[in-house]
Amino acid sequence: MSELEYTTDEMMTIAAARALGDGTVCFVGIGLPSTAANIARRMHAPNAVLIYESGCIGAKPTRLPASIGDGVLSEFADAVIAVPEIFAYWLQAGRIDVGFLGAAQIDKFANINTTVIGPYDDPKVRLPGAGGAPEIAANCGSVIITLRQSTRAFVEQVDFVTSLGHGEGGDHRARLGLRGAGPTEVITDLGVLRPDATTRELTLTSIHPGVTVEQVRDATGWDLCVADRLEVTDPPTDDELRVMRELKAAS
Amino acid sequence: MADFLDLPEAIERYVHDGQFVALEGFTHLIPFAAGHEIIRQGRTGLTVARMTPDLVYDQLIGAGCVSKLIFSWGGNPGVGSLHRMRDAIQEGWPGPIEIEEHSHAGMAERWRAGAAGLPFGVLRGYVGTSLPEHTETIVPITCPFTGEQLTAVPALNPDVGIIHAQQADRDGNVMMWGITGVQKECVLASTRAIVTVEEVVDTFEPHVNGVVLPAWVVDAVCVVPGGAHPSYADGYSERDNPYYAAWDEIGRDRDRFGEWVEEVCS
Repeated sequence: MSELEYTTDEMMTIAAARALGDGTVCFVGIGLPSTAANIARRMHAPNAVLIYESGCIGAKPTRLPASIGDGVLSEFADAVIAVPEIFAYWLQAGRIDVGFLGAAQIDKFANINTTVIGPYDDPKVRLPGAGGAPEIAANCGSVIITLRQSTRAFVEQVDFVTSLGHGEGGDHRARLGLRGAGPTEVITDLGVLRPDATTRELTLTSIHPGVTVEQVRDATGWDLCVADRLEVTDPPTDDELRVMRELKAAS
Repeated sequence: MADFLDLPEAIERYVHDGQFVALEGFTHLIPFAAGHEIIRQGRTGLTVARMTPDLVYDQLIGAGCVSKLIFSWGGNPGVGSLHRMRDAIQEGWPGPIEIEEHSHAGMAERWRAGAAGLPFGVLRGYVGTSLPEHTETIVPITCPFTGEQLTAVPALNPDVGIIHAQQADRDGNVMMWGITGVQKECVLASTRAIVTVEEVVDTFEPHVNGVVLPAWVVDAVCVVPGGAHPSYADGYSERDNPYYAAWDEIGRDRDRFGEWVEEVCS
């Protein structure tokens, strides 16, 4: 139990960091996933291999990268290779265990939208687009997603499938011939959601300390299923908080 | 064989209205000075391709140089949106632009096919996403050997490819290191190639992960120290993160952007 106070965002980041196992080869998205992956590497996963789409393999940044092509990623990497190679030889060839992604909008089957809110040809909000995410979601062994939970972000069905989660549910991924298992965990500032073994619908399996199921339901844009055995996330330890805050302060 | 030219002369000679042009560089080594010269010379009707449009295309789009954008991630890295790009797509300002949207893996494969002289590239990608519904250049294909369903994307072959590198030698050979993105592919895929460099050296020192492009695949070498600013050149400069942050406010406002264009052109 921590002596220190912490925010819901800090709980989310630390829960996401814990999801990354030691020795895992991880394709890391910028932002929250990158913060979490770098905490993991400093804590319980010193042998995790962090791969960034700018071509950096085995990145060991001394501070958090400000962008995907930050010099701090290439400077301490095992190898820096051309961008076509990172996607073809490493991601597509199936060498990556875990893809670690953020999202603007996610639906109940963990499909991700980072392209457009509203109709594509007459958008209400134009978002940045796909980047590396569609093929990360398709070709990594499994996918961890982290984002803040709200009804704006957690919608029944996304306006645009930028990156496929479990599609329409069930065995949809397998029917499409995708090799990776797809999203296995969605870690938010309120709890953790995992796909149901059969339907693949995201189900609340863990709530963070001090959060109620009602709160999570209110922040979800569909009628959220809750696991029979709902767990409570361990609160951040002092060590975890210290490592996270040192890393952020250095950045 | 590469000619050593002033940047304005190189743009005047090779970049013309209505052409297909690419300024590549993945966060690192983005040829901003060349982009600003294109704005100064008032080119219009360009089709432009970049994986990450970044500020350089936000500026070209806002200045009215672009009629079509081919891209895969259009944000201000680490900051937020590209407001000039959004304004053009959502409001048609300063003029309507057509977009052709891909993923990074698809764009990278398109560059590789372009460099290889093949009509298309092939990948395990886009399956189950909404992108193929909106982008005609994403087409399912069956492997003739295994029957596997794959995706074909057409090669990118610009009229002019422009990159920034750290060094050229006196013969016009070019060397870059650090994150080198798709720049090698961009040069090899383009009919003409312009390379801006930080400096000219007598001989290249070896660099881990260094890439050398021989002079005979480059048309013009322009010595432009700091030509990647506000992006960076490993070994020469740091990324100007405050510039990227400050751009959010400039890019958000049409009038402030107009003042920025005037400054660039004066």
